[in-house]
Amino acid sequence: MSVQTPIATEVSPVISDPTVIPNGSGAAAILSAGIGSFAVALFAIAADKSAFVKDLLAFYKPTGALSGETTVAILLWLAAWAILNWRWRMRNVSLRGVNLIALVLLGLSLLLTFPPVSDLF
Amino acid sequence: MEITTRSLWTLVHGMGFGALYLLACSGAIVLLYLRFSTDAESKASPAKDRFLGIYLTVMAALAWLAVLTGTYIIYPWYRATAPAGTSDLAGFPRALLLSHPATKQWHLIGMEWKEHIAWLVPIAITMAAFIAIKYARDLRNHPQLRYALHGFVITSLFAAGVAGFFGAMLSKNAPVDGGPTIQLVQGEKP
Repeated sequence: MSVQTPIATEVSPVISDPTVIPNGSGAAAILSAGIGSFAVALFAIAADKSAFVKDLLAFYKPTGALSGETTVAILLWLAAWAILNWRWRMRNVSLRGVNLIALVLLGLSLLLTFPPVSDLF
Repeated sequence: MEITTRSLWTLVHGMGFGALYLLACSGAIVLLYLRFSTDAESKASPAKDRFLGIYLTVMAALAWLAVLTGTYIIYPWYRATAPAGTSDLAGFPRALLLSHPATKQWHLIGMEWKEHIAWLVPIAITMAAFIAIKYARDLRNHPQLRYALHGFVITSLFAAGVAGFFGAMLSKNAPVDGGPTIQLVQGEKP
């Protein structure tokens, strides 16, 4: 089926109904939210481990590296959302796979922002 | 009765945006369950779909306001460096917490976790609001979208709960205070 993407391994019966909105936009929002959340955790660890990255991410001095960590993560999230939405908006993708990846990324973000865990790196 | 500007901002951030978000989040979970339960589907209406979208959008606005005021207004006061030789650290909450073995973990674990985990909340709830608005009635045809919606809203409740809990404990151990005083009620002369 031409509407499938590489991640689209499963087709829901609802896509045969032309009145149903394709799930691609929703999938793009979900996956990018997972990516954005993971980016917050990743940049937090990077800034904590490297003085160079910490200085680089101090966009707003009174807030320190937190300003850059979150700004870059938000920009990454929005960019991922825009790109994925552009690619998937007219398609149906395997939401089971997308949900799994997004929730794993979200779970990792919760875990990796927890200092006793992030200090292990 | 008076309050300092820093205390007022802390109240606006924590009690205004943060606590309201937590309350709204538990409401959202109930709302999502009721909206998509089998029985509710037959009673669904465009007005109810619109309400869900508006509700989640207001939650997203609260989440953004909470993290932005926290990061850019309160956090600089919290992490301000005390001048060398300062013995009274009351105006420097981070330094105050780190100065005592009994309180330093509130910063090293509490604040370090809070300042990052809180940012997962607006990301998750903005996504949820987008899906609720974009799909509205059509969500009944996308069970996997509904599962994701539930998952992210519940996770945002957890993340906001962690941020709220540590925010309250940090305020208890080393409150962000100071700045100009605002007189709320004029006291009677004794």
